[in-house]
Amino acid sequence: MPPEPGLSFTASFAPALLDPARSTPDGLTGPNGKAAGRRYDVYRNNVTVSLIDALAAIYPAVQRITGADFFRAMARSHVRSNPPASPLLFEYGRDFPEFIARYEHALAMPWLPDVARIERAWLDAYHAADALPLSPARLSAVTPDRLADLVFVPHPAARCLRSQYAAVTIFAANRDDAPVTRIDASTPEDALITRPECDVAVRRLPPGGAVFADCLISGRPLGEAAASALEASSEFDIAANIAGLIEAGAFTSLACGDQ
Amino acid sequence: MSAKHAVTSLVLAGAMSTALATLAAAGPLTKAEGDAAVAAKKEKCFGVALKGQNDCAAGPGTTCQGTSTVDFQGNAWKFVQGGTCTSIELPNGKKGSLKPV
Repeated sequence: MPPEPGLSFTASFAPALLDPARSTPDGLTGPNGKAAGRRYDVYRNNVTVSLIDALAAIYPAVQRITGADFFRAMARSHVRSNPPASPLLFEYGRDFPEFIARYEHALAMPWLPDVARIERAWLDAYHAADALPLSPARLSAVTPDRLADLVFVPHPAARCLRSQYAAVTIFAANRDDAPVTRIDASTPEDALITRPECDVAVRRLPPGGAVFADCLISGRPLGEAAASALEASSEFDIAANIAGLIEAGAFTSLACGDQ
Repeated sequence: MSAKHAVTSLVLAGAMSTALATLAAAGPLTKAEGDAAVAAKKEKCFGVALKGQNDCAAGPGTTCQGTSTVDFQGNAWKFVQGGTCTSIELPNGKKGSLKPV
């Protein structure tokens, strides 16, 4: 097909892919020379279906919560306005949680964007680089006077998300097919996502734990992280949170503040 | 950071030795223990790791879509009560509800 004047082939071929109101591009022909408008329709149908299916594969809990019909309608709406920016399909839908937060038909489920954020973090953790988690033996070699300045190197998969809602419980209840019992969505929950070996794990963090984990993952020293966490919650337990983060595999190694 | 919350080296040293003792004593849960705890919905903070479904783990893009799926023109859809959202409640008694487009 000769491109329209001033337009690349892609620029004349692509716009109708995600816009059903547009007619098929002019001049498309199949190998036998016949007009290929119908082939184009099949192709653009598959573009939309495959992107909706990609969102369904990345956000299975969201789909289970809304039901497939609602999910596919919401996903279609997102696909139409947000074409992929990368040829890597697992990168698609990074902005879907924000889309859900604005989607008027989902406003009655204010926890849903946070559940989606956990699912996105789950997939990102899954695809993060492999790395061996920090061994407790490394920590026992640190002398007490250096503890306050101790800086942890985060594991590539480690992520921390905070929610005003019971997003971790809702996520966990909907990632498989087990029956869902009544959930009080109003309890705030924070999630720690790690992948120490091959399996992604999602944990609910105790009070102050998210502030502590966020500080350490972003490279702030242990003393400062503990003080910030205590400020966030008087129930914060330093020992339990250090043990929890190490056991979860949130770090790979140690650095000292002055290095 | 307020001085009130400054954490002394002594406190940190105590916390670290408790943490290391916990790590040495706990040992990872066996799969059976983990499954049982999750089944009983007794997961504790920092306790049992909740795992996602691993069979869809590689993410999308690994299957070939058939050409017979007609979704492109699916603008007119009807809401079917298929999801779990009605089990999820907020304090004022509001449940999630879905409205058709």
